[in-house]
Amino acid sequence: MAFLSTLFSQAINGLQSGSIYALVALGYSMVYGIIMLLNFAHGDIIMVGAYVVWMATANFGLHPVVSILLAVAVSTLLGVTIEKVAYAPLRSSPRLSLLITAIGISFLLENGFQLIFGAGAKVVPEFLSGPSLRLGGATVSFSAMVTLAVTVAIMIGLTLLVQKTRLGKAMRAVSEDMGAAQLMGINLNTTISFTFALGSALAAVASVLYLSSYAQASPTMGSMLGLKAFVAAVLGGIGSLPGAMLGGLVIGLAEALVSAVGLSVWKDGVVFAILIVVLLVRPSGLLGKPIKEKV
Amino acid sequence: MQTKLNRRTISMPARYLINAALIALFLFGGSAFVGSGAVSGYFIKVLMLIGINVILAVSLNVATGYLGQLPLGHAGFMAVGAYTGGIFLKAVRADQASGVQYALCVGAALLLSGIVAGIFGVLIGIPALRLRGDYLAIITLGFGEIIRVVLTNIDEVLGFKFTYGASGLKRIPKITSFFNVALMAVLTCLVIHMIMKSRHGRAVLSIRENEIAAESCGIRTTYYKVMAFTLSAFFAGVAGCLYAGYLGSLQPTTFGFMKSIEILVMVVLGGMGSMLGSVLSATVLTALPEALRAFSDYRMVVYSLVLVLVMIFKPTGLLGQYDFSLSRILEKLMNPKEKRRKKEGGADE
Repeated sequence: MAFLSTLFSQAINGLQSGSIYALVALGYSMVYGIIMLLNFAHGDIIMVGAYVVWMATANFGLHPVVSILLAVAVSTLLGVTIEKVAYAPLRSSPRLSLLITAIGISFLLENGFQLIFGAGAKVVPEFLSGPSLRLGGATVSFSAMVTLAVTVAIMIGLTLLVQKTRLGKAMRAVSEDMGAAQLMGINLNTTISFTFALGSALAAVASVLYLSSYAQASPTMGSMLGLKAFVAAVLGGIGSLPGAMLGGLVIGLAEALVSAVGLSVWKDGVVFAILIVVLLVRPSGLLGKPIKEKV
Repeated sequence: MQTKLNRRTISMPARYLINAALIALFLFGGSAFVGSGAVSGYFIKVLMLIGINVILAVSLNVATGYLGQLPLGHAGFMAVGAYTGGIFLKAVRADQASGVQYALCVGAALLLSGIVAGIFGVLIGIPALRLRGDYLAIITLGFGEIIRVVLTNIDEVLGFKFTYGASGLKRIPKITSFFNVALMAVLTCLVIHMIMKSRHGRAVLSIRENEIAAESCGIRTTYYKVMAFTLSAFFAGVAGCLYAGYLGSLQPTTFGFMKSIEILVMVVLGGMGSMLGSVLSATVLTALPEALRAFSDYRMVVYSLVLVLVMIFKPTGLLGQYDFSLSRILEKLMNPKEKRRKKEGGADE
């Protein structure tokens, strides 16, 4: 019975971190789908969001809701700015240059924040508190419940947005064929900016959810989180939104499982091993469409 | 046509002689200069670090510049080489050997590190190189991280204290000297240059230019991709071994993603596909932070900013694919009347 309850609470932990991965993975997947760029800086937008929350709550004593909104706004703005300044001038250059630029931006954010705020972790005061739920022998924390609820709500909202609205339709069109979409009168710049804004806003939400359970912001927090979320996006099939959600949850659960059997130091290794196996066995991911290369 | 016939050129044997003489002059002159006591120990240490970074940058340039892929796990190969070399040097007690024995120990350690890293290169390259572009970047990053995680968490194998896990491998004999590093740096450049000028090298270049066209011309793309990748890993391993012998202790955290990016910045900044570019930028990017100790906090910020700016304004790197060729310059001097011809590729050590 004790084992079962451990397993259950680990599964809840896995779902909680998996939801965060899924939210971040959505950003990777959308951006990759639309401009074929692996946006390395995406993970660091989470970090920026976390620092905004820390500044707002710990330094200025703002209300948690205000600081969350602030984090979303700053991250969105940052995401769009990065796209305009660093990626847009390179839209017609080789993909390798774009990728290197993304890595450069990622390092710029990490090291810039390290320079400004120092390398140490900042403790964010608890801002999501509430009653925890007892289920049998296991407890489900309030933050876990909030994380799951928010993630489910966002996923439903995002699916509706992409499937039902004009902008969503434009996004799908651009990701299918950029040139043809432009000829049909779709504004490429607006659509791409919107995609970046959406992805960055999701990253900010993910950072808030991350802080609700770990309560620490550090300059490098985004890199590992971002990499794992990227693995989740690849696992689900990059460019596919349901795939990103599924991939995130699978990665979260896999990590929790590895921790449950007492091998938590190997967590990172297992995640990357999953990545390698997926890339070798099914490079298009679980839910992705295989792409044939045209000559 | 007239000028072409009267053109004065340097014959191939003469080129080899000139180059061999210059290399010998560089090696022995350099170590005599360093050994003369005219320069401080600190300066020599910086020189050795520059040499190690030159090897790393030039070797990564094979995969990035010549093959046109973007591996992000170069530090992983360096780690493999460093740990192999470190463990070997400790096992044979290289610090207690002398004379020929010592030279043999060091040579064997360097070779072994290169070979083990090369084996890892083959093992990782075969699956990784089936993928392209971003996917290749990510899978190599994954392998690099796995190497680091394994080194952090394994401290003994079959009952032997092996890598000492997170606490790090310590008390490695410090075998790295200016002469070692300079010799290996020259050898690295020479071997890579010769391979890239051979038909194998041209096959690798053709894959960079157009993989599908290369394949339809009968070039075994997978074979050459793995070959270039392995070559790159081999020299990264050698550099790792020199690094182990330079520091005397190793920490798994040294060989993270950050290190891979540092090497990549050197290659990208100098110009992907230019050996001179790699050598120059490795030298400058190693020496500059030492010279500007006071600003060391800003180093990584400047690195990343430079990376972004270079990509936006000069995506081919500062030197592009230009390479230095001594005989080209000499021939130009010997034919002063000749009009400047169109630039042609070609490097010379």
